[in-house]
Amino acid sequence: MSNNKQQNNKNKTPLIRIKNLYKIFGDNEKKVLEKVKAGQSKDQILAETGHTLGLSDINLDIYPGEIFVIMGLSGSGKSTLIRHFNRLIEPTAGAIEIDGQDVMTLSTSELQNFRRHKMSMVFQRFGLMPHRTVIENIGYGLQVQGVKKSERHERADQWLKTVGLEGYANQFPNQLSGGQQQRVGLARALCTDADILLMDEAFSALDPLIRSEMQDQLIGLQEKLHKTIVFITHDLDEALRLGDTIAILRDGILVQQGAPVDILLNPADDYVEAFVKDVNRARALTVETVMQPQICRIASETIGEAVAQMRQSKHDYGYVVNDDGYQGIITQDTLDNVEQSDYSNAIDSSLLEDVPGVQGDALLETVIPEMLDNVLPLPVLNEDGEVEGNLSRSTLAEILSDQAKSGTNNSNSA
Amino acid sequence: MSEKSWLTEVPQLDRHQLLDIRKTLDGAYRSFSREYGDTIEAFFDPLLTFLIWFEKLLLSTPWWLVIAVLAAFAYLASRSWKLTLGVAGSFFLIGYFGMWDNTMRTMSIILVSTLLSVIIGLPIGIAMARSNRVQSFVTPVLDIMQTMPAFVYLIPVVMLLGIGKIPGVIAVIIYSVPPVIRLTNLGIRLVDKEVLEAATAYGANSMQRLFGVQLPLAMPNIMAGINQTIMMALAMVVIASMIGVKGLGQPVLKSITNQYFTLGLLNGLAIVALAIIFDRISQSYAKRTLQSFEGK
Repeated sequence: MSNNKQQNNKNKTPLIRIKNLYKIFGDNEKKVLEKVKAGQSKDQILAETGHTLGLSDINLDIYPGEIFVIMGLSGSGKSTLIRHFNRLIEPTAGAIEIDGQDVMTLSTSELQNFRRHKMSMVFQRFGLMPHRTVIENIGYGLQVQGVKKSERHERADQWLKTVGLEGYANQFPNQLSGGQQQRVGLARALCTDADILLMDEAFSALDPLIRSEMQDQLIGLQEKLHKTIVFITHDLDEALRLGDTIAILRDGILVQQGAPVDILLNPADDYVEAFVKDVNRARALTVETVMQPQICRIASETIGEAVAQMRQSKHDYGYVVNDDGYQGIITQDTLDNVEQSDYSNAIDSSLLEDVPGVQGDALLETVIPEMLDNVLPLPVLNEDGEVEGNLSRSTLAEILSDQAKSGTNNSNSA
Repeated sequence: MSEKSWLTEVPQLDRHQLLDIRKTLDGAYRSFSREYGDTIEAFFDPLLTFLIWFEKLLLSTPWWLVIAVLAAFAYLASRSWKLTLGVAGSFFLIGYFGMWDNTMRTMSIILVSTLLSVIIGLPIGIAMARSNRVQSFVTPVLDIMQTMPAFVYLIPVVMLLGIGKIPGVIAVIIYSVPPVIRLTNLGIRLVDKEVLEAATAYGANSMQRLFGVQLPLAMPNIMAGINQTIMMALAMVVIASMIGVKGLGQPVLKSITNQYFTLGLLNGLAIVALAIIFDRISQSYAKRTLQSFEGK
């Protein structure tokens, strides 16, 4: 699915486009930039000039409606990068284009206007104003825009309900739990109706249970709202769960960028591989990303034709399909036992093994029980109920074993 | 220079040179005060009018009304009956021991000085918080204002404006304005970076950030600064009385010169009572603003 999305994106214009972005922290950014461009490493530059290389030659295209996850460990520059989108941090060099507009050319008041309407932001430690009530916090973006109090409260109230905090309107942020506070942060971000949502480690400060609850809520909201979300995290599981596209940052350099499956199955280097190693693949990968597409599809009316079709393939079983879709598996052994005289008979259900099909977009985790119940490879069905490929025990075992190398081989053959 | 070795003696300007320096500076200042004294006095005239009006107002208001108003302030700031009754009781006792008029005079000058200190101090504190350069320039000036003996800066003030209320107020302000400046600066600098960043990210301009985020969040610290300013203003009452400011300081000064122990003690206690009352009221107000952040 993610692959398809990537394909679709090719035809769209990116909403956010970052080109050759550099950020150097220090007094003499421009001079040090030359050295960075000459290819000196972060450590070299720090030792020689005392400047810190924050970001180096970042190129990103973020498409409307996607959740774009930027992932990296602390110090990798991910929080620095997201602050360039709304120019909370000024780049040393490079271009930032949002919706076709070069953000770098905006004047102070244009920039303020841009921040008010184009983007909103959710912060790691919530960034709520302790002296304002929940409802006033949610309406803050509107207040800055100059919206009247009554309208502000009305709109804020809707978002308060959407994030499930009804009845908390007049509480102060410090009276709320961490999860509730971040819901307020999310509602504040949604309240301005901005197209782009920047989320800086938004769920990192929450405990695991609340975090996964919030992730669900975000996914649910995104299905309705279709915002463009830039999400920063250091947690790969979170990245895989939320991201349509994932970019991995290391020491200010973009190491790899792609769909979650690509990152998981084709890590670009040792760094990404080390990251990917601990991921629970059963929960991160969908069936269609690991299935074998070569199958024997038997679409015949009669047993005789089925035998002929089976002979042509190298498999000793076939998936029987008719106009109603997938019916079951027929094996070589069953066909061998059928008398030649019966070859003109139609295939009836008594000949079929009743093996359930699995959906292509299901997580591997969810198909494990069916896998254990059936020896034969399971057919993988697409949204229309057609058989697209199969998933065998050995494939699944290979993917779930923690060797990234085997994963790489597998996806190459797939 | 003399022929003595600089190894055994501190190198020193000789007397004539020192005298010349003093003469030049004194002369220059004297002619400056002759030249501009009237203009500067005229500049302070509105302030003097206000001071006299405020003092008259306090003196002409019936004593029970003054006590009622003060008690109401105490209650509004603290929501504590104990403090409210304490305030009413202390003021009644002050009046009972015959110090009512002087206390009103002192209170008027303290309140006006504090008000002016806040009006002057807040913008300076804000400017300091915004710019490290301003901070590095203002901090040593504040250090001088707080450590320079009051008498030293009283001299030029008196030379320029004579004795009376205005030089008194100026002396009190010089001594008492540093805390409100320092704590405004500190309070704004301590505002959570992420909260301020959030305001910026939602497109707040610098005024919206200042009045919507920085000042409200710095308020507990600013209130602590105002509290200190009031305390220091009260500490200056006796010194101010030396340049003709009427109030509780004058009887104290009289007691020192004539060794009237009881008179000194009573007036001293009245100053202490004022200090404690103002301190408790402003502190409990600060505490309540802080508590509203914690949602209590």
